Amino acid sequence: MAGSLLALAVLWYLIAAYAQNRYLPTPIAVFDVLWRESASGDLWVNISATLLRVAIAFLVSMLIGTAIGLALGRFKTADKFFDAWLILFLNLPALVTITLCYIWFGLTDLAAITAVALNKIPNVAVNMREGARSLSRDLDEMARIYKFGRWKTLRHVILPQLAPFFAAAARSGLSLVWKIVLVVEAFGRSSGVGYRLSIAFQEFDVSTILAYALAFILIVQAIEFLVLQPLQARVTAWRR
Amino acid sequence: MAALNALELEKEASQGAAIHVSVRSKIFPPVGDREAQLVLKDISFDVAPRSFLVITGPSGCGKSTLLNIIAGLDRDYDGSVDLGPATDRLAFIFQTPRLLPWRTVYENIALALPKGDPRHARIAGMLERVGLGQAMNAYPERLSLGMQRRAALARGFILEPEILLMDEPFVSLDEQTADSLRSLLMELWHSHPTTVIFVTHDRTEAIQLGTRILRLAPGKASVIQDVSIDLTEAQRRDRAAVLQEQNRIFAA
Repeated sequence: MAGSLLALAVLWYLIAAYAQNRYLPTPIAVFDVLWRESASGDLWVNISATLLRVAIAFLVSMLIGTAIGLALGRFKTADKFFDAWLILFLNLPALVTITLCYIWFGLTDLAAITAVALNKIPNVAVNMREGARSLSRDLDEMARIYKFGRWKTLRHVILPQLAPFFAAAARSGLSLVWKIVLVVEAFGRSSGVGYRLSIAFQEFDVSTILAYALAFILIVQAIEFLVLQPLQARVTAWRR
Repeated sequence: MAALNALELEKEASQGAAIHVSVRSKIFPPVGDREAQLVLKDISFDVAPRSFLVITGPSGCGKSTLLNIIAGLDRDYDGSVDLGPATDRLAFIFQTPRLLPWRTVYENIALALPKGDPRHARIAGMLERVGLGQAMNAYPERLSLGMQRRAALARGFILEPEILLMDEPFVSLDEQTADSLRSLLMELWHSHPTTVIFVTHDRTEAIQLGTRILRLAPGKASVIQDVSIDLTEAQRRDRAAVLQEQNRIFAA
């Protein structure tokens, strides 16, 4: 993998060196900007602002989405009634929720996070509803016969069955949430990677755009490899 | 103190409860095009303590439904089931092993016991006894079906149940594996006598194991024969004797 990424960087360098265009900087120029932004501290301020928003929006949407999903999976009448709502929210363009949230709640962090969460919640809910629907009746009966009680049943019977659905929702959730957070920041916040990208866009500063994109991709990849994948491997260790 | 508790458990456990079953009717509600169906009608019988009752009949005769009613898993019926005062000492061994795939064999057995119960100390010995000493820390799905069924037996017997219900626990096994599991069941039952209700469609199995047989028939929705089996242990292991008994009972 490292080899193929290196090849991409070399290709990029050759094309940029040949084109000699200020809108297509070489990788070296991009790393130069990255170094400068990092040294001045701007990079870290913006990235931490964005990561904080991503974290909050992610947690809020996982929490609410899971609650809604489980409720719909368990109660058929509620599911029948709210199914149409879910489809509607699933297909609502992110841009619409973002602009409406800013108009209704002002250009605040609360509006920004609400907008991101509204985009993600239906997705989590659909995943978790599937999980709740597929809960095994056989294992539930077993737990009743052997007097597991509420807590033991939840911990040893129900949660392990939901874990794969939760993990899938979390992984797809993270990638969706951070992309939308950038858009939200570009629209109406004055900090964060999205904000910095929108300034760079106004100046047609491609080096900065690429530098921030690179930094952010690295961080998200690190979360994926160091946190999410080991977590998923752990919850599925029992599989054949 | 722990030793005393264990002794008391032993004493209590060796009793085996009497069971009274009286099902006036059990109806499956209509689903889609299928009309409501009367599955069980006017079935009533007592089971003596420490007896081994086999309920048999072809598939669809309602025997599993009857067992679920006795277990208390199905409460949607007209009638009554009295398991005596020992209802908290009931084990059920299902048609599929129903082990938690995300817990090891040992954990699966341990979960059937309350926390801090003195019987936890016997889990390892029980697993040795059913031949799973080497597989204690394995996840169930990595084991063969025969071994999973052994684990299910261990989970049932670790409770030292007063009542043991079994729903075709040895189906989908090759004959040799099923035979070794039947001997294991007999061995466990002799060292821990308890009231057993065992459901099967296999007539030979019914004769080999039971001290009494109840036959259900499809369509009739009720008991068509109730007969006791008086074979010695040696006779139960003898193919010819079993076959003879089988012909006597099922010809009727």
